Amino acid sequence: MADEKKYTTVSIPKPLYDKIKKRIEGTGFTSVSDYVTYVLREVLASLEEEEKEEVFTEEEEEKVKERLRALGYLD
Amino acid sequence: MVSKPHGGKLVRRLVAERTRERILSEQKEYPSVKIDHGRAIDLENIAHGVYSPLKGFLTSDDFQSVLNHMRLSDDTPWTIPIVIDIVEKTFDVGDAVLLYYEDIPIARMHVEEIYTYDKKEFAQKVFKTTDPNHPGVAKVYSLGKYLVGGEIELLNEVPNPFAKYTLRPVETRILFKERGWRTIVAFQTRNAPHVGHEYVQKAALTFVDGIFINPVLGKKKKGDYKDDVIIKAYETLFEHYYPKNAATLATVRYEMRYAGPREAIHHAIMRKNFGATHFIVGRDHAGVSDYYGPYEAWDMFENFPDLGITPMFIREAFYCRKCGGMVNAKICPHPKEFHVHISGTKLRKMIMAGEQPPEYMMRPEVYKVIRSFEKPFVE
Repeated sequence: MADEKKYTTVSIPKPLYDKIKKRIEGTGFTSVSDYVTYVLREVLASLEEEEKEEVFTEEEEEKVKERLRALGYLD
Repeated sequence: MVSKPHGGKLVRRLVAERTRERILSEQKEYPSVKIDHGRAIDLENIAHGVYSPLKGFLTSDDFQSVLNHMRLSDDTPWTIPIVIDIVEKTFDVGDAVLLYYEDIPIARMHVEEIYTYDKKEFAQKVFKTTDPNHPGVAKVYSLGKYLVGGEIELLNEVPNPFAKYTLRPVETRILFKERGWRTIVAFQTRNAPHVGHEYVQKAALTFVDGIFINPVLGKKKKGDYKDDVIIKAYETLFEHYYPKNAATLATVRYEMRYAGPREAIHHAIMRKNFGATHFIVGRDHAGVSDYYGPYEAWDMFENFPDLGITPMFIREAFYCRKCGGMVNAKICPHPKEFHVHISGTKLRKMIMAGEQPPEYMMRPEVYKVIRSFEKPFVE
């Protein structure tokens, strides 16, 4: 179904599960799965941040700089 | 280092010149679809990477995922459905169609899917209301019966009276790099600046290398500042009150949805694609009337630890007679009777009446430039 998000199951050690369950008490997280999803997204995003910056071709970069100079954005 | 594009790679959907010429010479062979100005500038934003990672209009999987989870089906944060509608099916899945704005063929679209949808569900989930008085909801209700999903390629730019002020993500990224900015805060606006805006911007700029003022140009409501007034007012403010190497001004064309918290995330994503690392989230950001709480947009950011741009929550500024300057509720200890809130509506009324606002509300140079326009407001 298009409106159903597909989920899968991963295993984590039971003591860790229990620690997380205790940790999320009284927070906005309604389940251990929600919390684990949140943390994994955060971790993956920070790893991706560290990956190499996008590089433009020299020719493309020079063309853009020319336009930026013409418009007064660059000296 | 400037932000990585949303989804990892800056999308560019521009066809090579020879392909463009060939498509245009064969244009009568394609089914055609007429689109409005808002969809035409959505197309441009897709093609130039402002909406990265979108390569086209949403298919039903992505559409449903955005409605229900505020993410694309691959889990990338995405809160506003970018869709194109048709009233009846005049072409099939697998066709390539040409999208026309007025008489200009703007783009070729490869039709991946034609699907029906529930307008009330669309409205409720995106705008948190089904009230037709909400401008975003009214727009959804006016759409055709079907949505069409598929990738696009840009053939022609939409006519733009402010082309010289309109920078694309590839340009701002190179500009920020050339200026040596590693941290950039973006500010979204639809107004000529008053001193409250300046306070918020400078408070944010204190913590980063540069500020990117990015006014949204496009369809406006009666009584709003005209686009050229906003640009000139900011140019004047920059000239007199901003450090030359720490601020830049460029516009983006975009049709406001007024979806409050969801749209605040969308605005942040667009600025991430321009290369900004931080984004100022204002009071009642992208709201209209009283459909959303004044700081509801701030809470929304908690749902996106993987957004890839840092929100800066800066409280509304006001003038305090006791402090003798611009402050906010967090830093001012004085009671309300000392506070003067700067109302955009009140300022507009003063300007229309030819009455110069006090300097703690609007810089005299900004007032002067607004008054230099015979008709500074949309009629």
